[in-house]
Amino acid sequence: MKFLVIVKADKDSEAGIMPSKELLTAMGNYNEQLVKAGVMLAGEGLHPTSKGKRVRFSGTRRTVIDGPFAETKELIAGFWIWQVRSMEEAVEWLKRAPFDGGAEVEIRPVFEAEDFGAEFTPELRAQEERHRVQAELNKSKVQ
Amino acid sequence: MVATDIHRAIDAVWRIESAKIIASVARMVRDVGLAEELAQDALVAALEHWPEAGVPDNPGAWLMATAKHRAIDRLRRRQLHERKEEELTRELEDQLTMAAPDLEADIEDDVGDDLLRLVFTACHPVLSEEARVALTLRLLGGLTTDEIARAYLVPEPTIAQRIVRAKRTLAAARVPFEVPRADELAARLSSVLEVIYLIFNEGYSATAGSEWMRPQLAEEALRLGRIVAELVPMEPEVQGLVALMEIQASRIGARIGPGGEPVLLLEQNRAQWDRVLIRRGLAALARAEALSGAHDGLGPYSLQAAIAAYHARARVPEDTDWAGIAALYDALAQVAPSPVVELNRAVAVSMAFGPAAGLELVDAISSEPQLKNYHLLPSVRGDLLAKLGRCSDAQAEFMRAAALTRNTRERELLLDRAASCVQQ
Repeated sequence: MKFLVIVKADKDSEAGIMPSKELLTAMGNYNEQLVKAGVMLAGEGLHPTSKGKRVRFSGTRRTVIDGPFAETKELIAGFWIWQVRSMEEAVEWLKRAPFDGGAEVEIRPVFEAEDFGAEFTPELRAQEERHRVQAELNKSKVQ
Repeated sequence: MVATDIHRAIDAVWRIESAKIIASVARMVRDVGLAEELAQDALVAALEHWPEAGVPDNPGAWLMATAKHRAIDRLRRRQLHERKEEELTRELEDQLTMAAPDLEADIEDDVGDDLLRLVFTACHPVLSEEARVALTLRLLGGLTTDEIARAYLVPEPTIAQRIVRAKRTLAAARVPFEVPRADELAARLSSVLEVIYLIFNEGYSATAGSEWMRPQLAEEALRLGRIVAELVPMEPEVQGLVALMEIQASRIGARIGPGGEPVLLLEQNRAQWDRVLIRRGLAALARAEALSGAHDGLGPYSLQAAIAAYHARARVPEDTDWAGIAALYDALAQVAPSPVVELNRAVAVSMAFGPAAGLELVDAISSEPQLKNYHLLPSVRGDLLAKLGRCSDAQAEFMRAAALTRNTRERELLLDRAASCVQQ
């Protein structure tokens, strides 16, 4: 299962103040743990919203709005994409992150193919069986 | 937190920590089976203790310390009369107390080494393939025997027995808990990669059954592959396997049509391919290529990954570089010869250089006993013959393929093709 982990903005991130060296090191170590555990698929930090833009849709009209944006707590400063086995596991990993000072970090499950309810039909099973035979054949020689 | 929430939290912690704990304890007691028991004891202690006292701030460290203390107890009891080992126990205890408060980075490194030892032990060639798979999922994946049994559609006692027997085999063969020596490393590593790819394929191409476990198995294999790639970052084939799995997994969402029907590679909606996984796969492939120097030095996993990468890079099927793919199949046929690889090579050659060139290759393998009942052989041959305008030959091949396939939808398709080929 994939999860988007959303790090919210705060006054400092919106002001473009870089995190302290200590925090950067701690975050680096934390990321390394995530990578070593095969959990982290991607992760990025974002520039403050003063460098961002929004597009508002209304009928056929598109209005471009320049940053910065208000409601600091609702803004995003960075994100990860994790692949773990359950929401509980994602929570457990997030608890280990070096945040402090009332920071709130949000975890959201990403939609996956099976969430759309694609049932496996007998034909599909048969087809998969075919792939399996091929995999078996491959396996017998390829490795 | 309600009790069930605590149990789910403990479950999550266990999944994250169990391999590390088993690996560290195994180094102390030099017995993987015993190490797992002791780690399980720590889990049981957590299940008893945490619902009342609450989950500790650092649950992983709590479990690790509990398991290690149990290991020391066990060693102490076992070696009570032997003074020499008494000293060893005290030494271990000293190590533990000394190591506990600081040098977290060093401990992490040790854990990495222990984890690697555990990987090699669980995938030891003294064990049968089935045993290696079960033990790897259990010890490294942190899956319960019940979960493994459901994933492989066998009764739970079968898996439990398989694991018990595997542990016994390891003990009887006195398999040392260590990373193999340099001269053994390549062979032992290929056993590890084989186990991981077997698990991946079970998830990616499995027959039937508890659907939710299928993608989970593929994900599990990917995770194990990524972990091993971090543990031995300089091995090109590990990177190659990870690349292959990432790129194949990127298509999972596009392999099933809205009605649940399978969608073949060239018909898939490429917009549904997972670009994050493709990017990761291409990066892993680049590492594999850099580590093995040149293209012709690539191993079988890296070559298969490179083939998958050609498809991943093509935004539309028409952009596919079939000549490049044919060349890679050529290289693959040399390092890992197999009739199936040959058949795939023939398809790539026909796409790149025309049906006649492909047919020549197919004819060369048409009497392979391994392909005797393999419907894709006549299916491919029929396709090439049809493209060459040899309709009655093509019809015969399509009929043969239709008789061999067990897939009704595919049979209909083959019969259609047989009927629609008009003699010129």
